[in-house]
Amino acid sequence: MPVIEVDNLSKIFGKRSKEALSLLDEGLSKEEILKKTGCTVGVNRAKFQVEAGEVFVIMGLSGSGKSTLVRLLNRLINPTAGDVYVHDDNLSTMNKEQLRRVRREKMSMVFQKFGLFPFRTVLENTVFGMEVQGMDKEEREKKATDALELVGLGSFAHQYPSQLSGGMQQRVGLARALANDPEILLMDEAFSALDPLIRKDMQDELMDLQEKMQKTIIFITHDLDEALRIGDRIALMKDGSIVQIGTPEEILMNPANDYVEKFVEDVDRSKVLTAENIMMRPETVDFDKHGPRVALERMREQGLSSIYVIDRTRQLKGYVNADDVLEARNNQVTSLKEIIKDDMPTVEMETPVQEIFDIIHDAPVPVAVTEEGKLRGIIVRGTLIAALANVNGNGVEDNA
Amino acid sequence: MLDFIPSLPIASWVDDAVKWVTNTFEFFFDPVKDQFGWLLDTTAEYLSMIPPIVIILLVAVLAFFMSGKKFGLAAFTIIGLLFIENQELWSELMYTFTLVFYSSLLAVVIGIPVGILMSKSNTAESIIRPILDFMQTMPAFVYLIPAVAFFGIGMVPGVFASFIFATPPVVRFTNLGIRQVSTELVEASDAFGATGQQKLFKVELPMAKPTIMAGVNQTIMLSLSMVVIASMIGASGLGRNVLSALQRAEAGAGFVAGFAIVILAIIIDRLTQNLNKPNQ
Repeated sequence: MPVIEVDNLSKIFGKRSKEALSLLDEGLSKEEILKKTGCTVGVNRAKFQVEAGEVFVIMGLSGSGKSTLVRLLNRLINPTAGDVYVHDDNLSTMNKEQLRRVRREKMSMVFQKFGLFPFRTVLENTVFGMEVQGMDKEEREKKATDALELVGLGSFAHQYPSQLSGGMQQRVGLARALANDPEILLMDEAFSALDPLIRKDMQDELMDLQEKMQKTIIFITHDLDEALRIGDRIALMKDGSIVQIGTPEEILMNPANDYVEKFVEDVDRSKVLTAENIMMRPETVDFDKHGPRVALERMREQGLSSIYVIDRTRQLKGYVNADDVLEARNNQVTSLKEIIKDDMPTVEMETPVQEIFDIIHDAPVPVAVTEEGKLRGIIVRGTLIAALANVNGNGVEDNA
Repeated sequence: MLDFIPSLPIASWVDDAVKWVTNTFEFFFDPVKDQFGWLLDTTAEYLSMIPPIVIILLVAVLAFFMSGKKFGLAAFTIIGLLFIENQELWSELMYTFTLVFYSSLLAVVIGIPVGILMSKSNTAESIIRPILDFMQTMPAFVYLIPAVAFFGIGMVPGVFASFIFATPPVVRFTNLGIRQVSTELVEASDAFGATGQQKLFKVELPMAKPTIMAGVNQTIMLSLSMVVIASMIGASGLGRNVLSALQRAEAGAGFVAGFAIVILAIIIDRLTQNLNKPNQ
């Protein structure tokens, strides 16, 4: 039983939309319709179902109609034709009052540029959905506080959005959408405005949250990596039409047509991706400040068997192994300097991913990514393989 | 060349229309004239009864706090108002202030809702916009004539004339401010199921507030600029001093009264601009 069912959903922008619609049924292309009627086809007879608890990614380049499609799902844009069912209720035939109830109770939305109200505090932003429902103040503030805790912003409740970083602002956007515990989350390029590293953090965090919450998520993106990372299924859009729907595997293995294939090929990331794009945030200890105990504690927390050592200026000094640190601690050694090792593999931020593969092969620890000797990130085997596998399975085998 | 078309008797049609409106709506104009006129006179009289020094100090304290506890505006207020008192223009100042206050109030109370209507409907916008153009560019003397026909002479037609000239900015700025609210914020409020009213009061008006306040400021300034013209139809105040100086060619008296208007304008302008602190 799907949570959302979209049937023959079309949106045509322009005055002669009815005429354009019948031309669309006759099989004319987007360009031909634009020429004949002056109307733009935003979404062309989209058809798909989303199951409960699924992360359904709609992906396409700009102008492919993905943002229009997501807005048709909660009728921020009214469809020209077709139906959207949420469970068994057809949104297309609802009156304003019924529609408002669905928006309030069943689905909420996260926006690309966060959509936060600048004159409201974080908490006041988070309560917004419940405030317009008329929930009483105490209850809505409690729920909002819980939602803020969930995204790790509990202590920022009384700040204004402008006082937060982009990543934190989008957490507020997420908290606002989650506060009322809706069944469906619509996320319109929610992470596209964020820096790559923060974007990755947010993707991971969303996945963690999703594991707990099991929402039905419709996620819009133009980024294939992001789609592959978080999507249970992906719908690829081009010129307003959905050209393929499938799991990430299916999309990569059996591209439905030339367009998808080109798309997937185009992203031969192993050639263009550099260490910077795939690195993760490193766990480190500072040997000027920290001794074996801190190092051990950090490794235990993160489940690591080794940890990188830096100095006060983030210069990479080497790494220490858990075994050595344990021994040092038992022998009452207070400095890490004696057990530090420096045979770690290092690459620069600009090193292409392809080259890292040769280095990582027999490295004892994750590859360190440095910039002028400063540690910027690390790369572990898993992420590297995933990055390569996304685009060419063969490449991995050749190099292995 | 176009002799075959007889000259259209527009002027006499307008005359007839004015006459008709005056007679037909007498039941409305007369009580407005009496009661609103009474309110204006009483306000000005009561203000004149308060010792000037009390008002000067109150305004100075207000200026001090509203300008973020800086002394500049407060000092200017004290010196400026003392100057007006010294020139024996105090009671005229009170009348002028009353005129500006009520015409601005009326302009804002009517202008903001009209601006909201305009922002919500393109049809309304296309109808109201030319009316606003008309109100702003039609020479004021032209509507002084029907104003006198409707309300007689005195403060009331003065307020009416100021209202016509001063209302357009607040309408335009309200419209602009609401239309400028970013699509994403409007979508956010819709997506969370806000009603039209909730969207207006919880999102659009707060977002548009700085723009609307700029419009209010313009409206007050324009109604102040009407005081001399309003005095031609009997409104009391500083404008009347300017007018009589003009008629008697007394450059000095004219300058002093005009300068008093400028002082009042600067004080009101700076105070209302300080109301318009940007949002977080």
